[in-house]
Amino acid sequence: MRKWGLLAAALGLTLAACGGGTTTTTNADGEAAPAGGGRLDVVKERGQLICGVDGGIPGFSFVDESGTYTGLDVDICKAVAAAVLGDAEAVEYRRLDSTERFTALSGGEVDMLSRNTTWTISRDTSVGLEFAPTTFFDGQGMLVRTDSGIAGLEDFAGKAICVETGTTTELNLTDQMRQLGVDFEPVVFQDADAAYAAYDEGRCEGMTSDKSQLVARRSTLPNPDEHTLLEVTMSKEPLGPVTTNNDSSWYDVVKWVTYGLIQAEEFGITSENIATFEATENPDIARFLGQEGTLGTDMGLPNDFMVKVITQVGNYGEVYDRNVGADSEFALERGQNALWSEGGLMYSPPFR
Amino acid sequence: MAHDSGSRSFDLKAMLRDERFWKIAFQVITLLVVLLLLSFFLGNLNRNLIQQGRAFGFSFLRNPAGFSIGESLIQYRPNDPYWRALMVGLGNTLTLVVGGIVLTTLLGVVAGVASFSKNWLLQKLSRVYVGLVQNIPLLLQLFFWYFAIFGALPNPANQIGILGLAFLNNRGVYIPWASSALLAILGIAATVGAAIAALFLWRWRTKIRIETGVGGQAQSIALAVVALAWLAIITLGMNWTVPAGVEGGGVTGGLRLSREYVASLTALVFYTSAFVAEIVRAGIQSVSKGQWEAARTLGLNAGMVMRLVVFPQALRVIIPPMNSQYMNLTKNSSLAFAIAFPEIYSIATTTYNQTGRPVEVFVVMMATYLTLCLLITVVMNQFNRSVQFKER
Repeated sequence: MRKWGLLAAALGLTLAACGGGTTTTTNADGEAAPAGGGRLDVVKERGQLICGVDGGIPGFSFVDESGTYTGLDVDICKAVAAAVLGDAEAVEYRRLDSTERFTALSGGEVDMLSRNTTWTISRDTSVGLEFAPTTFFDGQGMLVRTDSGIAGLEDFAGKAICVETGTTTELNLTDQMRQLGVDFEPVVFQDADAAYAAYDEGRCEGMTSDKSQLVARRSTLPNPDEHTLLEVTMSKEPLGPVTTNNDSSWYDVVKWVTYGLIQAEEFGITSENIATFEATENPDIARFLGQEGTLGTDMGLPNDFMVKVITQVGNYGEVYDRNVGADSEFALERGQNALWSEGGLMYSPPFR
Repeated sequence: MAHDSGSRSFDLKAMLRDERFWKIAFQVITLLVVLLLLSFFLGNLNRNLIQQGRAFGFSFLRNPAGFSIGESLIQYRPNDPYWRALMVGLGNTLTLVVGGIVLTTLLGVVAGVASFSKNWLLQKLSRVYVGLVQNIPLLLQLFFWYFAIFGALPNPANQIGILGLAFLNNRGVYIPWASSALLAILGIAATVGAAIAALFLWRWRTKIRIETGVGGQAQSIALAVVALAWLAIITLGMNWTVPAGVEGGGVTGGLRLSREYVASLTALVFYTSAFVAEIVRAGIQSVSKGQWEAARTLGLNAGMVMRLVVFPQALRVIIPPMNSQYMNLTKNSSLAFAIAFPEIYSIATTTYNQTGRPVEVFVVMMATYLTLCLLITVVMNQFNRSVQFKER
């Protein structure tokens, strides 16, 4: 009897403590939230940007034997690091696969994603992400063996298609095939390397992904000449950097640094000629480079943040040409990724 | 008054010295710490979800999934809801787990018993197999079977036919099968039913022969009837369809086991069987030497010694750790998603990625694996009870 009394007392005590515990933690958080501030302060304090990348796609983010990261996506990380910390090399890269990326971002493991992520409404709303401006306009394509005799999506009846899980391509493929009424076999891999390996040794007749990725990946296959891209574009794939919801100041930084790259190209400012703009007469450029006004400091950055970005990383055109365009092995046309003034889709709102 | 306070302090000291007090106090403290930690983590999760503007809930499971799945036991279309997609994944996991448990038991027991074989080659083979397979990570083995073994099979145009009954190519394995799912289920039910009936008849026959010394003929006849009936159902009732090669490659008819399934199953079975073999070996070694010698003195041959005397006693030691191997197999089946087998972990990964609800999906997943493992435990505990010593 006494034993039970004690037990009941203990239970009551525990419940009381538990209730108290919950309130205390809430209080602690209430105090911590303003002090912790946004991601921007976290990054500044750390002195390093943690950027989520793929790491396996040549031209976009690729890590070589010496552990150096290169690519268009990587250069966006570098630009943000240059703007916030003044040093384009102050970046720690985290390789994330397509299924890990959003959890890593919303869990705070990475500050931003620059990882071939397609901007869609459901990711923007229900997944809880913020999409910075598109850095590469892409479309979904299909890679097949040249000798397979497959000319279009209709030829895939009863055939297998390799695809990476957790991507928009997986959904687009299903939609397209449903529309065409073609019954195919999806072989869904979590890991891109495994997916391309399976395609290469003949498990699937087709491999689907963003066209830029297919072109880049084809170059790593044993016999690149034996594979062709079909003349189909299954979807719009605007790829760009991503941050989490409800952190406007950090989102603004990533957004405007990305726009800055595009605007710099429009102004004709490159990493080589930037010195000639030191005493510019053009008020737009003077504001852009922080010689006038407070565009940078308003955002919590040094006022000349774009100078650092352009000297260390270059403008969007330079980044494009170096990684996937004319100066790279892929030699992709600018196409949709040209400036708006040259018939493309790259357009920055005014810096004023 | 003075006396009063003195007795109170005396009481306190006595309480502090009392072992019973401390026993209870430590339990209360432990409980408090656990509850505090739990409330901290749950509160943290809740705050983070609110901060990201997402409320915890499962209603998203009713939204259309929108992705296709390579293989499925139940009917599934891409516009079916997420919960149905998860059911498809569960079905695929179950085929892997059930197939895995049956084959692992067979292979594991054979390999375990073989390590006691007088046949030098067989014995060494068993030792090498266990030593090799136990020490290589399962994920590597999955990739090995998927890419190196089944990937080396020819493409459908040059597929391998086996007596015109089965086909092998780099898409999978094609075997004869009942023409409809219903017939297949009936066939499996008939097999299981016949096996149970045969077991009881055999026990009855043995009992009669032990008690009377003669007879049991009626039961022998009944056994034969059961066997014949089963054979008739299987050969004539199933309406077998045999896979047939198609001009230019490919196969129609029969049952297709996808390369993903076959590779996952093989890797899981080979991996888990190595551990089972060790358990069986340990179990057999636990039977005292006197039992072997006594059995041999009775004039039993090597096979009978193992089957009638040693193995039944070894089972008492074997069953409990087998339970944990079966559970390991169940949990390890989630690794099959690395080689594109659409089991529940793979479907769940896709689901949380498309919906942005990792917490809810992980809760569903954990509940699923927990339920499967508890089911296995319940069955194994029942079986364990039946092989333990019967105190008379």
